[in-house]
Amino acid sequence: MTAVLKHELKSYFRSMTAYVFGAGLLLAVGLGAMLYNIEAAVSNFEFALSYFSIIFAVIVPILTMRVIAEERKQKTDQLLYSLPITTTQVVVGKYLALLAVYVIPLCIVAVYPLIFSQFGDVYLLTSYGSMLAFFIMGAALIALGVFISSLTDNQGFAAGVGIAVILLNYFSVSLSEYVSTTAFGSVVALCVIILALGAVIKHLTKNENLAYGICFVLIAAIAITCFMDSTKFEGLLPSVMTRLSLFDRFTGFVNGVFDMASIVYYASVIVFFLFLSIQSLEKRRYN
Amino acid sequence: MIEISHLTKRYGEHLAVSDLSFTVDSGQIYGFLGPNGAGKSTTMNIMTGCLSATEGSVRIDGHDIFEEPNQAKKLIGYLPEQPPLYMNETPEEYLRFVGEAKGLRGGELERQIDEVISQTGIKEVAHRRISALSKGYKQRVGIAQALLGNPKVIILDEPTVGLDPIQLIEIRDLIKELGQTHTVIFSSHILSEVQTICDQIIMIAKGKLVAFDTPENLEKHLLSPNEVVLTSDDSAAEIRVLLEGVDHITDLTLEETGTGLVTARIKTDLSNVYDLSRTVFFAFATAGKALLELTVKKANLEDIFLELAETDDGASEPPAVEAEIVDSEVAEE
Repeated sequence: MTAVLKHELKSYFRSMTAYVFGAGLLLAVGLGAMLYNIEAAVSNFEFALSYFSIIFAVIVPILTMRVIAEERKQKTDQLLYSLPITTTQVVVGKYLALLAVYVIPLCIVAVYPLIFSQFGDVYLLTSYGSMLAFFIMGAALIALGVFISSLTDNQGFAAGVGIAVILLNYFSVSLSEYVSTTAFGSVVALCVIILALGAVIKHLTKNENLAYGICFVLIAAIAITCFMDSTKFEGLLPSVMTRLSLFDRFTGFVNGVFDMASIVYYASVIVFFLFLSIQSLEKRRYN
Repeated sequence: MIEISHLTKRYGEHLAVSDLSFTVDSGQIYGFLGPNGAGKSTTMNIMTGCLSATEGSVRIDGHDIFEEPNQAKKLIGYLPEQPPLYMNETPEEYLRFVGEAKGLRGGELERQIDEVISQTGIKEVAHRRISALSKGYKQRVGIAQALLGNPKVIILDEPTVGLDPIQLIEIRDLIKELGQTHTVIFSSHILSEVQTICDQIIMIAKGKLVAFDTPENLEKHLLSPNEVVLTSDDSAAEIRVLLEGVDHITDLTLEETGTGLVTARIKTDLSNVYDLSRTVFFAFATAGKALLELTVKKANLEDIFLELAETDDGASEPPAVEAEIVDSEVAEE
């Protein structure tokens, strides 16, 4: 695992990736800090962090697009499979290298509140609490990026899908206000999600019967629940969209609430997507 | 050393490897021979743990590649068909990564890197980017990677494909050299290459084992077309008359080459084809005619595979382990 970690880190700093990511992150936080803390003279540093957090939609896919896709393209994944290391070690090693690249600009950011505190009253606890949450949220997005990269051998495609998914996640709270709150709307949306899930399963397992079977069972389950008590579906879709949003949970930290549930949520997102990435790599061994 | 039993790999409906069983002993060079699409790469990928098997098992020195992958993989160095190189790195950086991933550290790592670099002759390019290297050097870097960690078995998938003649000879010499200290299995679809380097030949066609023997034994079978080709500057009619006086000729084809020469293809029912070439030689000599060229035709590997594949389709039972050539009359025509 340390071999993979060292190797990845070297490759990030040999190419532009680490620098572009770091510059993007520093730019976003820097702009926020300038507008809030310097121009508007607000002493809450956490606002600076959240102000341009949409930058993740660009810099995370840039950082993660090649992580597994490039191995596939260059056929170096064969080397990784034949080495006496497990795919878990490969994925975790790669992920830790990404986290290291992410932590370096954050270390610079960590100095900002200390500087500001020289000139006024900065509440350092919320500042650093938010910074920790900011780190874990970014880590969750990076895990998502690793998984997207593991699905394809095309970097551009991985980046495109990554940007789309993160943007969707960013705006899902505002979008949730526009989606239907009726039971019918939720049922339709759930069916669409189930069909999309079926398509993914079909693509990944190349097993049509399994995909159709799972779709059928899930839709039947919804139909039965709907028939028994249709009120359960009222307002379900918007609430799911809000709950799934990684960015929305971050606002809680900015408002000064250190919410352990959100931390646990971020951690489970990380574990979930790393697990899926490992499965995606393992799956290649079977086709 | 390596024990493969009842290995089967299915891609959907397509059967890539079918009930393949053989055993490889240590300290020899094995040639893994078969036409394109015979299942060579698939078998090698399964042997090295890069691919799962549908059925069957692979044991490396007693370690199952699926049950104890780490112990088994430590015993193998593998060079896939396309060398898995990181193009932006130098060979030295690349080998450092592979060595570390194979669990080498500190002085031992440095020592082994130096050793494989000099063994594969890549010292002068060790600090250049891999993307700038020639195909021959890339192949060598790939082999160097396989040698790290001093594995007992080196598995090379078509290591000589796409090399120019000089690089080809160099890589073959390297393989021979490796054979003195390691068990080497390398795949190829070039018969002559395998014949000159290997101690044992494993032949597969359509995912099935068709032969496992020494090159000498296989060569006997490869003479089986029992065909002699000669060139003469006499007229076709004269040659026909002359050859009709020779016994044991089953078939005769004459062809004018256009440059005033005539080529004759002669088939015989004699078990030793050299008996025929001897009689033909003396027939020409006593008639006072010149033989410009006299060749005993050897079977073309592709022909043998086509034949073997056809006979396999007919016979339902799988070929036995360490089988002799399944059908000794394979390439009679």
